[in-house]
Amino acid sequence: MAEVQFRFRNDELVEDAMVTVDAFGQQANASAVRIEPGDEPRDLLPHLERLRLVEVNFPAFTDGRGLSAARILREAGYAGELRAVGDVLVDQLAALRRCGFDAFAPEVPLNEDDARAALARWPAAYQPAADGRAPLWALRHGQGA
Amino acid sequence: MYVYDQFDQAMVDARVAEFRDQVRRRLEGHLSEDQFKPLRLMNGLYLQLHAYMLRVAIPYGTLNSAQMRMLGQIAAKYDRGYGHFTTRQNIQYNWIRLEDAGDILADLASVGMHAIQTSGNCIRNTTSDQWAGAAADEVADPRPYAELIRQWSTFHPEFCALPRKFKMAVIAAEADRAAMRLHDIGIRLVKNAAGELGAQFYVGGGMGRTPMIAPPIRDWVPIDQFITYCEACLRVYNRHGRRDNKYKARIKILVHELGAAEYTRQVEEEFAHLLSQGIEPPAAELARIAAQFTDPPFETGLPDSMDLADPAFARWVRVNVSGHKAPGYAVVTVSLKPAGGIPGDASAAQIELLADLARDHGFDELRVTHTQNVVLPHVRKADLYAIWQRLEATGMGSANIDRIGDIIACPGLDYCSLANARSIPVAQAISARMAAREDEIGELKLKISGCINACGHHHAGHIGILGVDRKGVENYQLLLGGSEGADCSLGTITGPGFDEEGIVGAVETATEVYLARREAGERFLDTYRRIGMAPFKEALYG
Ligand code: SF4
Repeated sequence: MAEVQFRFRNDELVEDAMVTVDAFGQQANASAVRIEPGDEPRDLLPHLERLRLVEVNFPAFTDGRGLSAARILREAGYAGELRAVGDVLVDQLAALRRCGFDAFAPEVPLNEDDARAALARWPAAYQPAADGRAPLWALRHGQGA
Repeated sequence: MYVYDQFDQAMVDARVAEFRDQVRRRLEGHLSEDQFKPLRLMNGLYLQLHAYMLRVAIPYGTLNSAQMRMLGQIAAKYDRGYGHFTTRQNIQYNWIRLEDAGDILADLASVGMHAIQTSGNCIRNTTSDQWAGAAADEVADPRPYAELIRQWSTFHPEFCALPRKFKMAVIAAEADRAAMRLHDIGIRLVKNAAGELGAQFYVGGGMGRTPMIAPPIRDWVPIDQFITYCEACLRVYNRHGRRDNKYKARIKILVHELGAAEYTRQVEEEFAHLLSQGIEPPAAELARIAAQFTDPPFETGLPDSMDLADPAFARWVRVNVSGHKAPGYAVVTVSLKPAGGIPGDASAAQIELLADLARDHGFDELRVTHTQNVVLPHVRKADLYAIWQRLEATGMGSANIDRIGDIIACPGLDYCSLANARSIPVAQAISARMAAREDEIGELKLKISGCINACGHHHAGHIGILGVDRKGVENYQLLLGGSEGADCSLGTITGPGFDEEGIVGAVETATEVYLARREAGERFLDTYRRIGMAPFKEALYG
């Protein structure tokens, strides 16, 4: 199990036992789930209230299905930890954050300075996503924070 | 024309800084080549056979003279003095050093340009009708909508690791000058009986090894929801597009395997959900963009007639000059296809001259066409003669738009690491051989690809040529009957292929069948559609 290297939450680290999406529906006491690229994230929507940790696996950083999974959960109101694991690299961090991830456990730990620079890179965003950031059009028309 | 505000500028500046940092980390070994490759591709940087190639975005093919001038300067300073205009209305440079790429991006950013998402598995530069804002037949100028797509798709966090590349086109006329239905998403803007604007969506078109014409999936998306609809289309693709086989990963395969009805059902479901997510830019943003695409200050009372005493000029006017919505004005298509030349190539000096012409005669505007030519969209008819003389003097006076010499050709084996055969020399030989007969033959769109990936749109040519490898020897298949227009169709292979010399003769033979069999008013394509393949086969192989 890779260590959580970056976390953008103040609550306690969740260490609950992780189950698969398929098993989650049946295990009434499970509170942590791991999503693989082909899984259906909407299967979790009936159980959001007991979910505390969702781990999304990126076996290869070029497979962007986990980005959609993350946004779908955030759009449905999931507010617990959303952790990206696997082939998580410096240059994907900004997009992952925008899709709603708030914890990162890369398989290979990232260079801290590079990661911090990547996360601070973008002055704004063109489109709304799952990070609550006001899109440029909102800033332009005085609706932004 | 759209001009960057401080927000747009800050985004491209950040991109330049990011790319410089990525190059540094690559050179210092923090990034492997496998990790770096998708990053440089998202910045338009390919490793080709002999050098790096940099592809620069020209959003919906529109640019001003300062931007065009910069493209010429980059050709002179960082390349071997040439730029190559592409079928996606972009420009690429074939002789770039990795060490220079950051500086080039910085030069581009200084005129509001970039290479963002010109490659890689992401939403690419959106294309449009090169006559937008000048054509009499459009229901609206499509460019503000294309710009809205540009902004929405730029650094879209959910769609930066798609199964495969994703190309979009927006048009706003019945006539299709952008091969709209051969895109992953093609959008046609239409007006309803009440005069309101909406978007028709066609999804799942494309060329490549499995060419498909995009089926319509929705007749009418209200214009104030069309970005949300795009998002729904992309989300279904990102989640369910195939990732097990690179050759089956385009959205056309997903739409084909699911069926258009089932794909549409999934999109509609996602769309209904996304409507509540606040994705659509507000009307004020569209208005802000549209205000930058208002008509230039056309003069009124200009003469509509011209002195056509010079026959060479008269011929160029007949072939390369098109009607304009404003009286006294015309649309000029500058051919980058001299007989025997490399299709789409322009020297630094030629690019700068095009910038001068736009500044002096064209309200500072230029367009790049998907047929690899350049358009001056708003020119006074009274200025045409002066423009033509300057084009003639610099080798850009060819009068052959949509004629057999106006060939689309991909880079092929001269540059491309995926190629099976050379495309450029075949194009050169055909245009040299057929130049004298262009007027006699009339409209004939010929397109050449150097391999099955079809970057040269061979499926959509009235005559298409596909380079293949036959036991280590370059061989060329001939296709007839494709079209990229509103009457979109895919070409059919005639039979066994030809060698390099043979394919030139085969093209000539096909044109002779047409000339012998055509009826009044028929183009090559019309005759082919009427008489079918058999007479051509007979002449080619009989
Ligand atoms: S069609 Fe083939 S040879 Fe031509 S540019 Fe595309 S990949 Fe290269």
